[in-house]
Amino acid sequence: MIERRPLLDFVSHAVVLLGILVVAFPVYLTFVASTHTAQEIVQAPMPLLPGSHLLENYMTALQGGGSGPGSTAPVARMMWVSLVTALVITVGKIAISLLSAFAVVYFRFPLRMLCFWAIFVTLMLPVEVRIGPTYKVVSDLGMLNSYAGLTIPLIASATATFLFRQFFLTVPDELVEAARMDGAGPMRFFKDILVPLSSNSIAALFVIQFIYGWNQYLWPLLIATDESMYPVVIGIKRMISGGDTGNEWNIVMATAILAMIPPTIVVLAMQKWFVKGLVETEK
Amino acid sequence: MASISLRNVIKKYGIGPKSLQVIHGVSAEILAGEFVVIVGPSGCGKSTLLRMVAGLEEVTGGEIAIGPRVVNDLEPAERDIAMVFQNYALYPHMSVFDNMAYGLKIKKLPKDEIRRRVDKAAKILELSALLARKPRELSGGQRQRVAMGRAIVREPQVFLFDEPLSNLDAKLRVQTRLEIQKLHRELGITSLFVTHDQVEAMTLAQRMIVMNAGRMEQFGTPDEVYTRPATTFVAGFIGAPPMNLVSGQARDGHFHLPSLALDLPDSATPGRADTVLMGVRPEHLRLAEEGWPITVELVEVLGAERLLYSQLGDQAVIVRTDDSTLHPKPGDVLKVRPHPGKVHWFDPGTGLRI
Repeated sequence: MIERRPLLDFVSHAVVLLGILVVAFPVYLTFVASTHTAQEIVQAPMPLLPGSHLLENYMTALQGGGSGPGSTAPVARMMWVSLVTALVITVGKIAISLLSAFAVVYFRFPLRMLCFWAIFVTLMLPVEVRIGPTYKVVSDLGMLNSYAGLTIPLIASATATFLFRQFFLTVPDELVEAARMDGAGPMRFFKDILVPLSSNSIAALFVIQFIYGWNQYLWPLLIATDESMYPVVIGIKRMISGGDTGNEWNIVMATAILAMIPPTIVVLAMQKWFVKGLVETEK
Repeated sequence: MASISLRNVIKKYGIGPKSLQVIHGVSAEILAGEFVVIVGPSGCGKSTLLRMVAGLEEVTGGEIAIGPRVVNDLEPAERDIAMVFQNYALYPHMSVFDNMAYGLKIKKLPKDEIRRRVDKAAKILELSALLARKPRELSGGQRQRVAMGRAIVREPQVFLFDEPLSNLDAKLRVQTRLEIQKLHRELGITSLFVTHDQVEAMTLAQRMIVMNAGRMEQFGTPDEVYTRPATTFVAGFIGAPPMNLVSGQARDGHFHLPSLALDLPDSATPGRADTVLMGVRPEHLRLAEEGWPITVELVEVLGAERLLYSQLGDQAVIVRTDDSTLHPKPGDVLKVRPHPGKVHWFDPGTGLRI
C-alpha cells in the first residue's frame, strides 16, 4: 500500500518523537547525573550535559566506600547477587513450568484437571498477597539472607506453566505417536522433541522472567537485611536515607545506570527470539 | 517380513452402558509380504483398526498377531513395525537425516550402521541431496518421502500407512502411488494401507478389506471386489459411479418393478421369487434397439464417455456409454440391455449377495 499523506506523516512522527522523549529523557538525566560530583547535581539548575566525573563515580559505586549517609556497600557485589538471583529464578521457573505443563498435558493421572486448575488459580495470587506466611516459612527455615531465600519462593510460576501448556496443546498428536513408534519414552520425547520445539517460548519467557527476577523489590527488601546479600535494586533503596541533600546522588545515579545494563543486554541479545516466541507458532 | 492376523478384533471406547463400540469383530489373515489396503468411508473404523495394529490404540477384544507373536500388550516400538502418518509427523526441528535416524539412535545402533541405512533409504527415495534440510524447507512430496524413509530405515516386519497420500495434490498422488508400489516390489515388506479413496485402493492393493460401520464387508483382490461384490455396500462403494441397485421380483424370466416388467438375460436369476435387489454396473448397461426403457434426466459429458442419469420405472439408474454418436437430451426415452452375466443379486434385508 502506498500512501502519501504529509500531514499524517508529520503527526505520527511527532507522536513517536514525543513518546521517545518522555521515556528517554529521565534515563538521560540519570546518566548525566552520574557523571557529575554530588555538589554539582544539587545546584539549580541541574546541569543537562554530561560532566567529567564518569569513571570516578562508577568506580566508587562499584567498589563501594562512598561518603553518603546511607549504605555504601560495593555495587559490584550487589550486581552479582542480582545476577545470580535473576538467573536462578528464571532457570528454575522455566524448568519447573516445562515439567509441570508436560505432566498436565501428556499424562493421565487422577485429579489431573484439579491440579491444572489449582495451578491456574494461583495465577490470581501474586507474591504480595501471600508475603506474610511465605516470610514466616522462609525465616523458620533459616533462609534469610541467602540465595535460597531470595529465589525459591519466587520460582513457582503459574503464568509460565499456563503458557507452556497452551503451546504443548498445539503440538500435533501425530508427533507424539511418531516418537512412540521410534521407541522414545516420555522423558526422551520431552528432551528430544518437546523442549527443542518450545525454544522460542523458552526464550521469550527467559527475557520476561529475567527482568522480573532482576527487578524484584518487595521480597528482597524483607529477606536481604545483610549488605552482602543486597540485590542492586535494594542497594539503591538503602543508599538513600533521609533528606534530599545529604545523599551522594551521583553515586546513586551511577548505580541506577549499572542496574539497567543487564536487563537491557538480555533484551537486546534475545530480541529476535523474544518476538518470535510471542508471535509465531512454528510446528 | 511377517504375516498379520486379526482375530475377532473389537474396539470399544469407554466402559459400561455408555461405551461406544467402533469395531465389531474383524478377522483377517494378511500374508507375509502382501500389500493389503483397508478402504471405507470416513468413520468406518479403518484408521482405528490400523492404529490398533500399530499399538497406538488399545485392543478391547480379540487378538492381533504379527508373525507368530500376539502383540496386544506390546508397545509400538516393540512390534517391529513402522508407520507413515497422514500429516507425515516429521520432527520440525531436526534435519532430514536426523528425522530418519532418530529411531535408530534410540535403538542404540552404531553410528556407521545408522549412516549406511539412512544413505541407502535416501538413495531409494532420491533424498540424498536433501539430508541436511529441515522439513519446513521441503515440498509436500519431499516430506512424504522423508516420512517413508523414516519407516524404511527401521527395516521393519510391517509397514503401516495411514492415508499418506491425502495431503498431496492430484498429480503428486498418482506419482507417489507408483513409488509406493515400486517400493513394495523392491522391499517386499508386508504393508497395511488405509485410505478412503477407492482408486488408490484398487491400484495399490493385492487384496483389499472393505469396511463399513466397524465391520469388514469384504476381503478379496480388487478384481473380486469389483466383479463380485459381497454386499450392497461394497457394490455401492467400489466403482464410480456406483452400481445401480433396482428393487423388484424376478419371475418367469422377467424382473417385475411396480409399474414395469423387464426381461432378463437367460443366465440371470436370483433363484427366488420374493423381493430382491438387482445390481448392474453403469458400464454394463448398453444402449440397444430393444430392452429396458429409461427416461434420461441429466447427461454428464466426461470426454471419452458420458453418464446418463435416468429413471427406470420409479427407480434411479445411471448408464455409462462411450457411444459419441448419440446425443441424448433430458426427457428422451432410450432402451438399454444388461450385459449377460453381469447382473448381480442381493438380499434387500441383509444386503448380502445371493
